[in-house]
Amino acid sequence: MNSGTLIVVIAVLAVIGYLTGRFRSVALSGNKTGGQVLHSRPAYYGYATAIWCGLPALLLLFLWTVFEPVLISGMVVRQLPAEMQSMSTGEQSLVLNDIRLLATQGGVGPGGTDMGDVAVYLQELQRTSSWIRNALVVVVALAGFAWGLSRIRPAFRARIFVESATKWLLFACSAVAVVTTLGIVLSVLFESIRFFGEVPPADFLLGTNWSPQTAIRSDQVGSSGAFGAIPLFVGTMLISAIAMLIAVPVGLMSAIYLSEYASKGFRSFAKPMLEILAGVPTVVYGFFAALTVAPLIRGWGQGLGLDVASESALAAGLVMGVMIIPFVSSISDDVISAVPRALREGALGMGATKNETIRQVVLPAALPGIVGGILLAVSRAIGETMIVVMAAGLAANLTINPLEAVTTVTVQIVTLLTGDQEFDSAKTLAAFALGLMLFVVTLLLNIAALHIVRKYREQYD
Amino acid sequence: MTNTDRIKQSLAKRYKRERRFQWYGRAAVFAGFAFLVVLMLDIFTKAYPAFFIHYVKLDVAYTAEALDLEEGATEFDNANFRGATRDAIYALFPEVSKRKDKRDLAKLFSSEAEFQVRNRLLNNPSLFGSTTSVWVLLDDDVDSYLQSGSKTARLNETQLAHVQTLQDAGRIERRFNTVFFSTGDSREPEIAGVLGATMGSIFTVTVCLLVAFPIGVLAAVYLEEFAPQNRWVDLIEININNLAAVPSIVFGLLGLAVFINFFGMPRSAPVVGGLVLALMTLPTIIISSRSAIKAVPPSIREAALGVGASKMQTVFQHVVPLAMPGILTGTIIGMAQALGETAPLLMIGMVAFIVDIPQGFTDSATVLPIQIYLWADSPERTFVAKTSAAIVVLLAFLVCMNALAVFLRKKFEKNW
Repeated sequence: MNSGTLIVVIAVLAVIGYLTGRFRSVALSGNKTGGQVLHSRPAYYGYATAIWCGLPALLLLFLWTVFEPVLISGMVVRQLPAEMQSMSTGEQSLVLNDIRLLATQGGVGPGGTDMGDVAVYLQELQRTSSWIRNALVVVVALAGFAWGLSRIRPAFRARIFVESATKWLLFACSAVAVVTTLGIVLSVLFESIRFFGEVPPADFLLGTNWSPQTAIRSDQVGSSGAFGAIPLFVGTMLISAIAMLIAVPVGLMSAIYLSEYASKGFRSFAKPMLEILAGVPTVVYGFFAALTVAPLIRGWGQGLGLDVASESALAAGLVMGVMIIPFVSSISDDVISAVPRALREGALGMGATKNETIRQVVLPAALPGIVGGILLAVSRAIGETMIVVMAAGLAANLTINPLEAVTTVTVQIVTLLTGDQEFDSAKTLAAFALGLMLFVVTLLLNIAALHIVRKYREQYD
Repeated sequence: MTNTDRIKQSLAKRYKRERRFQWYGRAAVFAGFAFLVVLMLDIFTKAYPAFFIHYVKLDVAYTAEALDLEEGATEFDNANFRGATRDAIYALFPEVSKRKDKRDLAKLFSSEAEFQVRNRLLNNPSLFGSTTSVWVLLDDDVDSYLQSGSKTARLNETQLAHVQTLQDAGRIERRFNTVFFSTGDSREPEIAGVLGATMGSIFTVTVCLLVAFPIGVLAAVYLEEFAPQNRWVDLIEININNLAAVPSIVFGLLGLAVFINFFGMPRSAPVVGGLVLALMTLPTIIISSRSAIKAVPPSIREAALGVGASKMQTVFQHVVPLAMPGILTGTIIGMAQALGETAPLLMIGMVAFIVDIPQGFTDSATVLPIQIYLWADSPERTFVAKTSAAIVVLLAFLVCMNALAVFLRKKFEKNW
């Protein structure tokens, strides 16, 4: 019985619990006999029984599933020969993988008879563990069932109980967001600390040479990888800057036009059209940038006698800018329409033309909000992955020439983690360190942007 | 000169500036449009050839001799279908005799041809002993030559002449490309299809929906209706806003570190991809559900409370059903976002080359956006059309989902 069937069993038991709870409460109630009246409607007694039956069992199953692999691995490691026990955690996990493979697929392992024995041991452990789990879960479910039934009395305030349980469930659901953030921070931080154990943070943050090719054998040429991330940061900023040069003027101007000048009909047509640009998957932009825009720019550059790399920063930045246009324009639109009418009417009443009103009254008033929106757009540009993976280069060049190929933080995360290497090498850990940088920078940008936007809103509310 | 005169003099200039400013605005809007149009045109023109494929008619001799079988055999497992297919090809060009020329000739046909010949016999064993015409696929280079007329370096003049002969004999036919919609990935462009990736996408988005929808709606209900004003709730709200802006690739790192390395879940599986995407779309669903719940007027709640419903009954029997169209709209938009997402799935190993069509939530699978990414990286030229066609399929799904969202909003939206 795997955990899927177990969940079905628990669900069936809970449904039975609901039905019996419901009937029992009706039977116990004194409505007919003139005794005590039920506190809640019968369905609530059913729900209460179902909660007692299902919830503890599900919790147990969840905890078991989370901690079982860890415990079993620990027990298996203790069975290994002494020389294997003293290996690093990385090597140990490789051995454990072999053993697990052996246990599930059978056959003789490469490590000889020792490992075969351990695999048999592991198999036995897994079998026992799953037996104990199944038995425990079913027993807990049945015990909950009995306990739930025994609590049914007309005076039992079933609705209150069910509602407070539901409230906890609701709270747990909204806490998932916190758990996710915590998970991101911990996983990225944990691996980054391991990375910084091998590469000093100063080398990573200030080094100008990025070539993460660590050797497989120690005697290989160029075995020490260099992890200076400055070229990646510069590349990321270059591409983001090009993107913002496209997105900010076009997005801002179209927001001004649509909110101040355009007729209602044109606005209701043009806004959704522009928003389509935001709905196009980024991989499509990446394809377009790599196969259409990049060769086009290269061709034009050659026509002008310029040497343009086929994976130029310009192509990726241009397309990324287009992707961000609707983002900038919708935020600017919100902010511009939030500027009170009185300001506009005051300026127009003084004899200013519409464009003077917009430029000298509306835009300054909306400026903090627009700056906040632009910061959000920058954070999106920095975190954008697919366009740069497909259209920007892989080699880390320290340059600010938009016609050359540069690489970005996100590109390197993808290349480092999609290759074939063991998980614990400095190479894969570097990806997590880059991820940490990305997370921190975008977080700061977002906090700054939200702060600016909120402060601005308070001015007119 | 009075002030009035001065103002009058400058007026023409100011109006001119006004008009210029308006034109900047128009230009910006039309730049957006123009880009959208160029993008779509580029994709659709590139995709068009991939929706058609050329078949060629071969007269295959299903005789015992050609198949290297005994007379009256009933099992065809050991039959030499490759030989029979080759023979049928050579029979079309009796004048070709040299070994090298014969090899060139055989290269005109897809490596899938012999399997098509085989399947024809297996589906209809009574054909054994007779000669039948079978429509088989051409090689992708020949196919793209027939589609666009552009010669590739891989085809020489004799081969092109052979193709011309076949065409003149009426043996080549252009059909709608059903192969593309019924197979998984392949190294051979002519038999590579999107069904595998589509199934992977469906499984992944299903997991995402099953996880994100209940959690998102319940979280929104809590925050909108029950949450007290305290530090914990503030923390949750700040977290949701920040998660909405975290780059998607960071969710991939989370999935890799937590789901795969810590919990030991299988790599490349839709269940892991769905979980990662669920965490990513959760903020979208929570935020849109909250605004839908907020839009339900307080009078509904007060009426329910007034007739004796508890707070919980009010919320779940009145407020949430009334907010459901808005919640569903937000959820569909979140799912569309999940369907088009690529980067986090790259991190959890969904980039593998997978030929088989996934059958369940734990099979190795890939999804449409990643299929697009993989094909875009392929050196074969015909994969450009395949990639564009896969993009068209993806966009079609997205358009359907967004149309559904718009429909729901139009149909059920209430102005209280």
